[in-house]
Amino acid sequence: MSELEPAPERRIALVDLLDRVLAGGVVLSGEVTLSIAEVDLVHVSLRALITSASTLERSLSGE
Amino acid sequence: MADKEGRWLYAVARDVAVGSRTLTGVAGEPVRVLESSGLAAVVSDVDLAEFGAEPLKSNLEDLDWLADTARAHDAVVTAVVRAAPAAVPLRLATVYLGDDRVRELLTRRAADFGVALDQLTGRTEWGVKGYADPDALAEVAEQAASEGSGAGTAYLLRRKAQLSARERAEQTAAARADRLHGEIAGLATAARRHPPQDPKLSGQRDWMVLNGAYLVDDVLADELAAIVERLGSELPGVRLELTGPWPPYSFAGVEQERE
Repeated sequence: MSELEPAPERRIALVDLLDRVLAGGVVLSGEVTLSIAEVDLVHVSLRALITSASTLERSLSGE
Repeated sequence: MADKEGRWLYAVARDVAVGSRTLTGVAGEPVRVLESSGLAAVVSDVDLAEFGAEPLKSNLEDLDWLADTARAHDAVVTAVVRAAPAAVPLRLATVYLGDDRVRELLTRRAADFGVALDQLTGRTEWGVKGYADPDALAEVAEQAASEGSGAGTAYLLRRKAQLSARERAEQTAAARADRLHGEIAGLATAARRHPPQDPKLSGQRDWMVLNGAYLVDDVLADELAAIVERLGSELPGVRLELTGPWPPYSFAGVEQERE
């Protein structure tokens, strides 16, 4: 039996992470799941947010 | 009143337990382990007022919320991958109603999870991103066109001349990306191409021509790094970036069950 311990924080770009957590991972029919349409919506709203991008750049640089 | 009936799923593994140091997940809730059929689901409780289907939709459009949630999800998935020989990560925002529903899931899909865990044991996901410098590629494309020879290529050359420099550069970039992906995939157990990232999101001026994910045997990790370095130096105008190790998000393997 292995114990779960907090892992050291990884410095990863949010875009790389979103590629994986939104488009990857097992899709199960939970009571709440993200549909493909909703994932597309996330990408659309991400692009819309670019215009007010100061928070985005902060997130992207992992601050 | 807060309703913490939701169970956010991070990953499914075998033989993991909570440790002495508290591991927290989304919304800062402590992570728990639910077991059934020899499998362990790593979960934390979530408030349905924030993580239920309707509120989730609007929260996902809040970039700060999305970033915090994605990083919290990844931190727990990473902890599971480090502790267990293998773990199947769940898609972001998979929520079940109550512990029993999660245990039912483990029992119902035990065979599928078992197969997926076996495939992931001893392997790690890596990312390779390829960027093309449009100017350098245009030059390479020009050169290739002028050096072309052989009777059969006459038509192609004429056709090529009709294309704009940008189109030629794009074709060159696509061909390079296919070759790169093919070579790297040759080393991998499984390979997958994610769509190129929006330059505005990635902050990169250069074109992203490859956004690949590769599931590689751990014993071949050094070889992967060497191949990426070699390919990056062989191809003028293309810059490669190796990312990872990643939890096996792109190769989670369990198919969505049919209703």
